[in-house]
Formats: sequence, C-alpha cells, structure tokens
Amino acid sequence: MEKKLTKSDFFWAFIRSNFLQGSWNMERMQALGYAFGMVPILKRLYTGEELKQAMKRHLEFYNTQPFVTAPIIGITAALEEKKANGADIPDGVINGIKVGMMGPLAGVGDPIFWGTLRPITAALGASFAISGSILGPLVFFVLFNAIRLWVRWYGIKYGYAKGTDIVQDVAGNKLQKLTEGASILGLFVMGALVNKWTSVNIPVVVSTITNAKGEVVVTTVQSILDQLMPGLVPLLMTFACMALLKRKVNAIWIIFGLFAVGIICFALGIMNVK
Amino acid sequence: MELSGIQIILIFIVSAIAGMGSVLDELQTHRPLIACTVTGLILGDMTTGIIIGGTLEMIALGWMNIGAAMAPDAALASVISTILVIAGHQDVAAGIAIAMPLAAAGQVLTILCRTLTVVFQHWADGYAEKGELRGIDICHLGALLIQALRVAVPSTLVAMYIGTGAVQAMLDAIPPVITGGLQVAGGFIVVVGYAMVINMMGAKYLMPFFFLGFVVAAFTTFNLVALGVIGLVCAIVYIQLNPKYAQVAAAPAAASSSDADDDLDDELD
Repeated sequence: MEKKLTKSDFFWAFIRSNFLQGSWNMERMQALGYAFGMVPILKRLYTGEELKQAMKRHLEFYNTQPFVTAPIIGITAALEEKKANGADIPDGVINGIKVGMMGPLAGVGDPIFWGTLRPITAALGASFAISGSILGPLVFFVLFNAIRLWVRWYGIKYGYAKGTDIVQDVAGNKLQKLTEGASILGLFVMGALVNKWTSVNIPVVVSTITNAKGEVVVTTVQSILDQLMPGLVPLLMTFACMALLKRKVNAIWIIFGLFAVGIICFALGIMNVK
Repeated sequence: MELSGIQIILIFIVSAIAGMGSVLDELQTHRPLIACTVTGLILGDMTTGIIIGGTLEMIALGWMNIGAAMAPDAALASVISTILVIAGHQDVAAGIAIAMPLAAAGQVLTILCRTLTVVFQHWADGYAEKGELRGIDICHLGALLIQALRVAVPSTLVAMYIGTGAVQAMLDAIPPVITGGLQVAGGFIVVVGYAMVINMMGAKYLMPFFFLGFVVAAFTTFNLVALGVIGLVCAIVYIQLNPKYAQVAAAPAAASSSDADDDLDDELD
C-alpha cells in the first residue's frame, strides 16, 4: 500500500516546528529540534530498521534562520515520502539538500526577519509603548507573529508541493529581490531611527548676545550642530559602534562604554537631558 | 514592596516562558515589549511595565542570534529590571542601567546552557539507535526546560528578596550623578542596536538609503508608519528599475523583439 502523508501530519509538523530551537546546542545546533519537527512525518512513513535510519538522518548537524526551516521541512517530507514508497534516494541526498539549503536560506531569512521585520515592528511598538500605551506590545506581537506563522505554514506546504524544484527558486531572482528590497527598507528605517529615536544635548554655551530687539540669544554647541544637521552626533556614534562591532567587540561592552560616556559628560556638564 | 505568594508564582511562570522564548525566538515572549509588560501586569503596574519595555526594546533592537553567535539576553534583563523598577521603587533610567549587566549575565548563562544541552543531543542519538520517537520529544523538551529555568530561577529569587531592606538600600545608594548620567546615556545608547542591524545587512552599496532615511527624518515630522511607507516605495522602485533583474526577463523576450521593434517604429512614425 502506498504511504501518504496526511493533513494532520503536516499540521503537527507545523506546530512542532515552532519549537525548532528549543534544544539549540553548541555541538549540532538545531539538529535535535529539526528531528523533533519531523517526528509526525517519520512516524507515518517508517517502522523498525527504516525508522532508526531516518531518525539518525535527521539528527545530523543543522542550523539556519528558524522561520525559513519551513520549506526545508516541506522538501524533506516530500523526499521521505518518496523514499518510504520505494524510490531510490540515498541518505546522503536528503542531508545534502538540507545542508545545501540552510546556508542560502539563512542568507535570505536573516536580513528579512532579524534585520527588517523585527526591528521595524518592534520600533513601531516601542514608539507607542514609550508613552505607556498597551497598543505598543500588541502591535508588535500581532504583526510579527502573523507574518511568522504565515511563513511557517505556507513554507511547509510550498516546500512539499515544489520538492527539489525549490533549489532553483533559492538560486533564482525572486528571493534575491526580496532580500535586497527588505535590506533597503531596513536601512532606510534605521537611518530614520538614528535621527528620530535618539537624543543628545550639548548645552555648552558658545556665545550670549543681546540682539537689536533686546532679546538675549544664547548659542550652544547643540544649536550650532542642529543648524548644520539635526542628529549629527548620534550618526557619528552609530558609525563608531559599527566600526567597533566589526572588530568583534561585544555589544554589551560598547553599551557599558556609552554609559560611561554619559556619566562622565553629565558630571562635567558637557551633556544633559533636553 | 513585598510580593505575595501568587505574584511570585506568576513571576516564575512568566519568566520561564520568557526564558523559553529567548532560545526559541519564535513568539518573541523574551522581547522587552512583551516580557516587561506582562511582568508589570503581575506587579500591578502595567503602564510602567510597558514604558520600561518600550525603552529597553529600542536598546535591544539589534540583539539577535545569527548563526552560532549569541545575543545579549533580553529575557533576564526585562523581567528582573521590571521587578526592580516597580517593586523596588526605582526610576526607569536606573532600571535600564541595571538591565545591561543582567543582559550580559544572561548571555553567559545561555551559552552555558547551550553547552550543557549537548548531553541531550547525545541521549537523542541513543533513542534513535533504539527507534524510539518518544525519546526525541523527551530530550528536546528537557533541553527547553533547562533554558526556561535559566531565567525563571534568578527572576524568582529577585522577586522573593525584593521586599527585604537590603535590596532596597542597595538600589537607593546609587548617587544622583550616576542616575543623571544614565539618563543622558539613555538618549544615545540605542545606536548600538541600530549599528548591529546595519552591520548584519552587510550591504554597503545600499547605504545611500540609510542616509536618505536619516535626512528625511531630520527635516520632516513624519511618524514611523509614514517613514516605513517611503522606505518601502524606495525598495520597490529600486527593484523595478535595477537592470540586474531586467536582464533575465529580457532574454526570453528577445525572440519576439522584432515585433516590438516594429511597433516602436510605427509609434515613432
């Protein structure tokens, strides 16, 4: 009798795939999590010696951006189904496809989800939350998870339907366009955030003049900088951070460093809160 | 403020969920926006929780796990700093400052846990040898439980001892020059997160869009939604006009190009 994966197998693989990184470890990273996601599929297809082989196959090293695992689960499900029905697919091929896809897909998933979607939805949420509005956390939670779950569910279906053809999609234009577009959006919003969601005030007085109308005009370092380009100091700080991060300095140390800068400048009266 | 037994139990549960979220990175329960809000709700002051969450979220914007690199831990930082601010009667700036060493400690702890869970990976190999699928579930969820406890245990300890005078006295001993300086630093500490996101994109040739966003934000009063729409339009137009993508479409169209040329000639005539 031909073995066929059912709708409920895919549903449970989808639910379980939400726990992909639960056992992330320094040796094989997401390997056990991937096997955890494949359990409903392997259970349907194999018994005995074949099951043992299949379990071992999916406990091999694996690591990618978690959400883009969905199409890989879809493809391996399709391949396992063929294999269980007698197709001659060596173990190495299934693993080769997993390993071959995880790199390129992480290259797409990281900038789209961690570089664009999360920072933008989180910044949007934070902009409401700063004033204490419950809308902030809600907007972030709902927007991010709606898109994430959609990718996870349709990713599995898409991967299963397309099978190994998807390898061409990964190499092709479509994903490159999406990645590049997301990077543009992400960088644009980062630029806006550097300007808008930072505040630096340097109240050092440069000159105090009484003008023709008899008003006292105080010129501070900050007012000169603001005439030149608002947000110039945070921009320079961003570049400094980028350079330090490129030299593999831990982000937490940079944060402590900036705290020290804040405390010293405040103590000397070079900076204050506007 | 002394916490009730029920509050301590709820803190344990919520910090366990935040700890799981920190390794899973799916529902985002470890992000300050979520973890601080829920912790605030338990402590009876959700509004303050939301404000801490929003402030911390901007700092943590670029904290992400890429490949095998671990981010500073937002879960531990969010839960404990919210407890210290609300139950320890501190202001938000002080809470944010305390959150940073906590994030560093959480990062060390998660690396430790992720090394420890290698053992579970090997147990799973044993179950595969026997063909027991249930074993995969036990090992995987067992490792997840360790990550939950990693955040839940320290958070619950803080919740239990926050009512005692010692913690209060320690927090109150922070001199005003430090709190003032931390508030000043709070204005620009967020650039670290932005820098992390920009570096991760690794697309130097797209940096003009970063400067465009910077200048548009500098000279307009547009909110984040409007800026997002402008960014999206830039992205779409760039993709549409980029010859790199046009060439591939042009190749199959070449066969029928003679027709197109004729049409064009007609038009010109």
